[in-house]
Amino acid sequence: MGHAVLAEGLRKRYDKKAALDGFDLAVPAGTVCGLLGPNGAGKTTAVRILATLLRLDGGRAEVAGFDVAREAPQVRRQVALNGQQSTVDDVLTGKENLVMWGRLYHLSRRQAESRADELLEQFGLTDAADKRAKHYSGGMRRRLDLASSFIMRPSVLFLDEPTTGLDPRNRGEVWREVKRVVAEGTTVLLTTQYLDEADQLADQIVVLDTGRVVAQGTPDQLKSKLGGDRIEVVVRTSEELPVVRDVLGPDAEVDPDGFRVSAAVADRVAALTRITSALAAKGVEAEDIALRRPTLDEVFLAITGHKAEERA
Amino acid sequence: MSAVRFAVVDSWVVAKRDLIHWLREPVRVFANLAYPIISVLIFGLVFGSAMNVFGGGDYIEFLLPGMFGQTIAFGVGTTLMMVSMDADRGVTDRFRASPMSQTGVVAGRSIADLVNSSLELLVLALCGLVIGWSFHDGLFNALLAFALFLWLRFALVWIGIYLGLLVKPEAAQASWMFLFPLTMFANTFVSPELMPGWLRVVAEWNPLSSTVAAARELFGNPGVGGDSWAAQHSLLLAVLWPALFVAIFWPLSVLKYRNLSR
Repeated sequence: MGHAVLAEGLRKRYDKKAALDGFDLAVPAGTVCGLLGPNGAGKTTAVRILATLLRLDGGRAEVAGFDVAREAPQVRRQVALNGQQSTVDDVLTGKENLVMWGRLYHLSRRQAESRADELLEQFGLTDAADKRAKHYSGGMRRRLDLASSFIMRPSVLFLDEPTTGLDPRNRGEVWREVKRVVAEGTTVLLTTQYLDEADQLADQIVVLDTGRVVAQGTPDQLKSKLGGDRIEVVVRTSEELPVVRDVLGPDAEVDPDGFRVSAAVADRVAALTRITSALAAKGVEAEDIALRRPTLDEVFLAITGHKAEERA
Repeated sequence: MSAVRFAVVDSWVVAKRDLIHWLREPVRVFANLAYPIISVLIFGLVFGSAMNVFGGGDYIEFLLPGMFGQTIAFGVGTTLMMVSMDADRGVTDRFRASPMSQTGVVAGRSIADLVNSSLELLVLALCGLVIGWSFHDGLFNALLAFALFLWLRFALVWIGIYLGLLVKPEAAQASWMFLFPLTMFANTFVSPELMPGWLRVVAEWNPLSSTVAAARELFGNPGVGGDSWAAQHSLLLAVLWPALFVAIFWPLSVLKYRNLSR
């Protein structure tokens, strides 16, 4: 199987600072690749280079079989870009937005209209087709934005933080649409700050830090590397902290200021039950016990050995 | 050949988007028109009786070409705002990542802005006719005068595009602070001859003054002439100043647009 996106040793500098410093990527056609990293890791720079919006300083990249530097017009006919901000035009109706993009992708008026109707149907927006986009909800607007990327059934779709700022229900809707277009054969390169988003959508996750790939693999591979979910116990007095640490095991992290101890657990609910009763047996009355997914900071701490904000 | 056809189609699609905005958000159109109309009333009817035109003549007759000029000059603020908003919202990036012709983006902008300014001139002219302004040298010369205003507007589109790609929308909003005095340190409201020496030179050489003076001449309105070379060659300068702006800012805009990919 060929690669829909291929990058070798990409380099990009802004002034003295390297945004990408030898970035490699290979995304097999028809799959979803999640680019994960904190703000400033180089995710957006990578996407902008691959979408022909930025010139690269070194290395080479191919998208849909075309070189991004030498064959940009061919690349543009094969890709769609969906950025962090909504490019939906508020004053136009949903349908007018799609017809406009159809015309700019050089469909005839008639073709653009019928493609717009198809997409509105597919993205569940038929009822709102003639409403101005300013009256759309956040989720509808995101779907309209996505739909406008599908005018030409792109072979590669770049999604730059598609659900940043959306509530959980709308995030779910966007995820469903992305899965649907992948089923139709589109390759997706997704950047995100959310681990669970990459987990939901991606076949392969690539973790970026300071312009370089620091880890990659399937979501399961990365999760086992990170130790999966964490349990967090908050107590009332500092004397209880060592007791809790003993119960949680040798890898437990103690935050003395927050009276908080946390540790990775593999078996979630079973671990919760086990730890609750062990604490009760030792006479510790916890203020709060919670299971939670590792945060991106913890992912970075685990993979790179430093916290995301300590890079600069 | 299809490249040319697509450039035309793309320009029209982009222009249409802006024109639909004007039609659907009449508040913006009114806001844009309200200022010049209110100004015509304030300066023409309130201050008018106290104003003197250097060399004599009716102040409202003198004022209207100045108002046309100020309206045209304010247009640069509109272009600037629209361009910087598109860039800020990622619309410009979507355009650039699509197969559409790059000429279409800017040509569409020019068409929309020129249509919009033509409408403003028309409304202002009707308003002027009501309160006593008129043109006296025939319809052809009058249309020629309006053509000069639109020629200046076209040049300002390029300045607007260049600056719009340079600044954020918040900064674009502040452009009014500079535009306002720039349109007043000119022959728009008061004859430069009545200003102190240094300001008079600024006002006489202000490119806006050349277009306004040329228009006064073509309309047959008072306040024409003056001792300076600029004032005596206003018709020539009304053609040359905008040509100079286009010559400078067209390539700069193209360069800036390309450098977005740096």
